[in-house]
Amino acid sequence: MSKLLEIKNLSVGFDTSNGMFMAVQGIDLSVEAREVLAIVGESGSGKSVAMLAVMGLLPKSATVTADSMTFDGHDMLTMTSKRRREIIGRDVAMIFQEPMASLNPCFTVGFQLEEVLRVHMKLDKKARRARAIELFKQVGIPTPEERLNSYPHQMSGGQCQRVMIAIAIACNPKLLIADEPTTALDVTIQKQILDLLVRLQAEHGMGLIMITHDMGVVAETADRVIVQYKGTKMEEADVLTLFEAPKSPYTRALLSALPENATGDRLSTVADFMKNEAANAGAAS
Amino acid sequence: MSEIVLEGRNIVREYHVGGGLFGKAKTVQAVKGVNFTVEKGKTLAIVGESGCGKSTLGRILTLIDPQTSGELLIDGKPINIAKDKVTTEMRRKVQIIFQNPYGSLNPRQKIGEVLGEPLLLNTKKTAAERRELAMQMLVKVGLGPEHYNRYPHMFSGGQRQRIAIARALMLSPSLLVLDEPVSALDLSVQAQVLNLLADLQDEFNLTYVFISHDLSVVRYIADDVMVMYYGEVVEYGTRDEVFSNPQHSYTKTLFAATPKSDVESIRARIAKKKAAA
Repeated sequence: MSKLLEIKNLSVGFDTSNGMFMAVQGIDLSVEAREVLAIVGESGSGKSVAMLAVMGLLPKSATVTADSMTFDGHDMLTMTSKRRREIIGRDVAMIFQEPMASLNPCFTVGFQLEEVLRVHMKLDKKARRARAIELFKQVGIPTPEERLNSYPHQMSGGQCQRVMIAIAIACNPKLLIADEPTTALDVTIQKQILDLLVRLQAEHGMGLIMITHDMGVVAETADRVIVQYKGTKMEEADVLTLFEAPKSPYTRALLSALPENATGDRLSTVADFMKNEAANAGAAS
Repeated sequence: MSEIVLEGRNIVREYHVGGGLFGKAKTVQAVKGVNFTVEKGKTLAIVGESGCGKSTLGRILTLIDPQTSGELLIDGKPINIAKDKVTTEMRRKVQIIFQNPYGSLNPRQKIGEVLGEPLLLNTKKTAAERRELAMQMLVKVGLGPEHYNRYPHMFSGGQRQRIAIARALMLSPSLLVLDEPVSALDLSVQAQVLNLLADLQDEFNLTYVFISHDLSVVRYIADDVMVMYYGEVVEYGTRDEVFSNPQHSYTKTLFAATPKSDVESIRARIAKKKAAA
């Protein structure tokens, strides 16, 4: 299969008052077409930063270096920002954690959806409306004709996330990046959104990158998993291998911190794992 | 049978909505007649989706909102804050911890002041005593005395939740209402905070009312489970009863929606996907 996104040796540093802070340190990553890749890690592990670097959404204080970063045959490193803007939103789309915060409260959801179609697809007004209704149907929003005229505050969190997904898939992207798409939602809504994402991924043959800290979400959606910790890759494996026989001790620590895997009356934490690691390192030297 | 700390008898809470210039006022029943009892040192988990009234019930238990009707008994004494004034003694018995540790701490207050304030308001302790107690509490929740003079923004989410827990414990309450205390936290930090709560429960013989929508957390921490749906209790029993044999269709939906991370379910999912492709 062809590689959709291929990144070699990606590093991202932030210029801070205490010198350079390396958020991502030399990560290799690739996604094939029709593949669901999950990137798992705690907050601060650099999982979002790596994807924002691909999208070119990082602030000026960030320095991005990579040996190569290609998307669908285009070199993302040397690309002009004009060209990048053409690709982003059309061929690569992203969904963020807080659906309420990522929609503009001043415009109707229909306007925000049609804006994407106007900019990237150059559709006329009538075609835009028709496509918008079709998209709302695809993501399972009831009575789409009416809902297009709603403002974000008139919709629930789950509905807003559906609107975000509709905007993201509006131009039939080749790659969809979902950054913690269900963290702010209830379990029942989470299930609906995950099912929706997986269904759309299969129907459209998209590549899907799921960024999450929830091992349950990984188990429900991913084909392949990358575990990240403090900006470095700890493990990469297909989902079954990862859960069945995790190689990295960090992955094992993450899995044992799941409440359903509790043995005895206390949960084991990643901090315990780090302590053990330090002790082992001390004993070895 | 051990002592009952908290009892609710047919608790109802109504909100009056609207009544604008032309609109008619409506009455919404957020909690529709709920009964429950919690024994000392045990944990009751209240489960349900957003809008099911679980947080409203939490606010009633914490004496923030009055119930519209029904009886609330804490340590066997009936309380209705709509009628009676809440004494400092009552306040000391029940404390609450909120979901978002970023929102529940005042960014302009140093941690020392955050922890000292409940004592300042509800007791006659001197400044030196308050300081001493706050220092001790910081150590108990896994922080250190050096954090006393810091501001909330200098802490991570997990540490802030520890501070919120410390603040709730300052008055040595017997009942702690935890409103989604770990849902804003990362997996490993969540484990640390859950462990801390379990340690504190053992140490002080605390009673918890744990409000959550995460069933895997509930299964870990709860003794009794109450499932709410649109203001009604649809299922109430011990943890093992509810988890092994859910009766109501909503409870079953909840179980079905919870992500499964065991190897068997992953294998089944992959097989299904292969078959579809």
